[in-house]
Amino acid sequence: MKTSPSTPLSFPGKKNSGDSVVNGVDLSVNFAGIKAPNPFWLASAPPTDKAYNVVRAYEAGWGGVVWKTLGEEPPAVNVSSRYSAHYGKNREVIGFNNIELITDRSLEINLKEITQVKKDWPDRALIVSIMVPCNEEAWAYILPLVEATGADGIELNLGCPHGMPERGMGAAVGQNPDLIEKVTYWCKKHYSKPVIVKLTPNITDIRVGAQAALRGGADAVSLINTINSITSIDLDNMVAKPTVGHQSTHGGYCGSAVKPIAMNMVAEIARDPATPTLPISGIGGISCWRDAAEFIALGAGSVQVCTAAMLNGFRIVEEMKDGLSRWMAEKGYDSIEAFSRKAIPQTTDWKHLDINFKTIAQIDQDLCIECGRCYIACEDTSHQSIAKLTEQDGTRRYEVIEEECVGCNLCQITCPVENCITMVPQETGQPFLAWDNDPRNPFRVAS
Amino acid sequence: MTSPLNHLPSAKEVGTYDPDTLASNFSDLHPPLTHRQAMIESQRCLYCFDAPCVEACPSEIDIPSFIRQISENNINGAAETILEANILGGSCARVCPTEILCERSCVRNHDAECQPVLIGLLQRHATDHMQFEGHPFKRAASTGRHVAVVGAGPAGLSCAHRLAMLGHQVSIFEAEQKPGGLNEYGIARYKMTDDFARKEVEFLLDIGGIDIQYGQRLGDNLELATLHKQYDSVFLGLGLGASRALGLTGEDAPGLMPAVDYIKTLRQTDDLGSLAVAKRCIVIGAGNTAIDMATQMARLGASEVTLVYRRGVEAMSATDHEQEIAKANGVRMITWAQPDDILLDSQGRVAGMRFAKTREQAGQLTATGETFEIAADAIFKAIGQGFDSASLSDATAAELARDGERIQVDDMLHTSLPNVYAGGDCVKPGQDLTVQAVQHGKLAAHAIHQALAAKQEAA
Repeated sequence: MKTSPSTPLSFPGKKNSGDSVVNGVDLSVNFAGIKAPNPFWLASAPPTDKAYNVVRAYEAGWGGVVWKTLGEEPPAVNVSSRYSAHYGKNREVIGFNNIELITDRSLEINLKEITQVKKDWPDRALIVSIMVPCNEEAWAYILPLVEATGADGIELNLGCPHGMPERGMGAAVGQNPDLIEKVTYWCKKHYSKPVIVKLTPNITDIRVGAQAALRGGADAVSLINTINSITSIDLDNMVAKPTVGHQSTHGGYCGSAVKPIAMNMVAEIARDPATPTLPISGIGGISCWRDAAEFIALGAGSVQVCTAAMLNGFRIVEEMKDGLSRWMAEKGYDSIEAFSRKAIPQTTDWKHLDINFKTIAQIDQDLCIECGRCYIACEDTSHQSIAKLTEQDGTRRYEVIEEECVGCNLCQITCPVENCITMVPQETGQPFLAWDNDPRNPFRVAS
Repeated sequence: MTSPLNHLPSAKEVGTYDPDTLASNFSDLHPPLTHRQAMIESQRCLYCFDAPCVEACPSEIDIPSFIRQISENNINGAAETILEANILGGSCARVCPTEILCERSCVRNHDAECQPVLIGLLQRHATDHMQFEGHPFKRAASTGRHVAVVGAGPAGLSCAHRLAMLGHQVSIFEAEQKPGGLNEYGIARYKMTDDFARKEVEFLLDIGGIDIQYGQRLGDNLELATLHKQYDSVFLGLGLGASRALGLTGEDAPGLMPAVDYIKTLRQTDDLGSLAVAKRCIVIGAGNTAIDMATQMARLGASEVTLVYRRGVEAMSATDHEQEIAKANGVRMITWAQPDDILLDSQGRVAGMRFAKTREQAGQLTATGETFEIAADAIFKAIGQGFDSASLSDATAAELARDGERIQVDDMLHTSLPNVYAGGDCVKPGQDLTVQAVQHGKLAAHAIHQALAAKQEAA
């Protein structure tokens, strides 16, 4: 197998180059002290298992890589049949599930390759993911070996939800705030470079894990790891997928479907007064520049991608960089930092929302294709606020009954035509009033 | 039936196409969707509420529901949704002018997309791939009633199937030797391949309770009076059996024949190469039969096919889609010209036709006085089908109220005679569409069922 890097076909201006300036915009990041030409990193996963893949990723233009998790010797052993998917109707992969363990290659080979790759690609971020048992000796043994590779930092895999927790590692640690703190502390003690703690979403409050990491001295957190999942059942054989022989097990869920969950968790940490400046590397269903921009707006300082690359190859980073830089130029953002956390001030608790705000649906009759989807959705499941009329020539006409409309957005969501239904904020003449202060709230705070 | 063309060479002798090409010229005009294509296409359906496509379907198939079933890979469910509204859904999927029915009203035609969901092909996908153990519909308990159906075309078959489902016994009387009507004898060969019409009837009859007697022609060896007396109810699905005449001298000359007669032979032959081919031919008419005739003659190897119509393109009853098919096959179309004289050679055979140019004046079609001639070895008339008046010649049948030449019926497909119903092309509201004939048969069956049940209660 090819392990040595091929000649990097990189030249200034080439889309897949490592240049930090794309379309005149500087995409470079300094994430908790780790520098990279762009915020697009590959997450610790099969695409970063060995030098061959990582070099191909750098050649394609990725700003950084988190090397697939190293563990204790002997290396993990994987089963055959490892992935499964939650499909959309046209076979597009909505969600992705895996039961693969951490690296199944020897520590020695991994360390050797990491050393060489970092030497060959000094401008790219190279972070090593690690998972060893929950005792200081294990960490004290492996960390100096990793430090010697010259890699830029480490990421603690405290989130792997399948296989490893049964051995007391991965999510078994990440679900216990005391252990998170302790392991982080050991790492800071035995390793001099930045320590990123990767958090598991398989908990009730993500902030607790982030706070524990901070207490332990973490330089940053990354999230989310995968979510416990069963994607589908083979109904002929009554077994889940991926099927190993005649059995299956739950795996870790990722891909587009988890993006909303991941974004909420990133935002929760970003707006937590206990972790206001803790750097966050955003992970979870990022598959295009817009997804990345959204994570960054919610507080991510870099983003990690896996599923989208696994489904499409490394080339997707070209569009990510191109699209993000064009959008930034258009908006006048000259750096990633310039719009990082921009959406946080507007992300708040329900109780702080303006109870007097009113928006109602408006249907553009010129764009309406008369499918009736808004009508039946509202009629059956919402507020009966769309009237179905028939014109003299037999064409249908759907009209919003404004007095009935509560502005729920359902009609707009179910409408197949972009911009046909818009939600129009109304001038109510009433002042901003949060539920906190609403006279109807029995527990109101006197304003 | 091609005897008027006996003096012409066969397709094989003309030799334009080798046998393989000839066979492929008459294979599926619109190839079916693959499974994958059907899945993708079914996803385009917006699952409209009170969907316009359903309103546009004469047989009221719940189109959004069956397409959703296809998208869930529930092919039998989709087929059942189609067949419960239209038991001939398989042939309708092939012959319906969807471009002026369901697909024309699809909301995906709007604005940027301008491309309807391919409803016809999806319907074909479901009906082609359904796999039922036995017949999908069960018969209700026997009512002890026996209904006569005249004509085993789409109207009669649809009526018989629904009656059988409702628990009645049905006897069909069919003039030809095979069931199916125009599906078997009249539709272009490339629209109904692989003996589909026969297979579909076989499937339909699987419900049980239906027998067919062939060679039974009303007004010949069958009388409405007898059926009226012997059966609890009668349904007439007679079709339009007579080809209209041009009204010119020489109409019986060798080389001139009704297009439907030629198509009938074309549909039944096992050897396309043996069919008589006119290297140069004229088709007169502007309906789908004219298009089918012209296109099929071109595909058999004729080098010059001219379709002549007395009015403008916009008045043609063949849809734009059909006209495009003809043009794509090299058919020349001449409008605003009507037959003036049949030109004969020294042996009295067709040598061409003289046409009078026409124009419309104050809503009236008039000859301009100008004429022109087209040389041809054969002329096919496709100027419409008329009512075969002999079929209603017995004393009882003669009493049937008529609207023009067609049979008059009310909204329930009931004729002026008690217990006698009619539907399909032979009745006044007929639009000469297979799908509408199916709907007539279905509605008439329900009307018959209700009337018989009411009688039962009264008794």
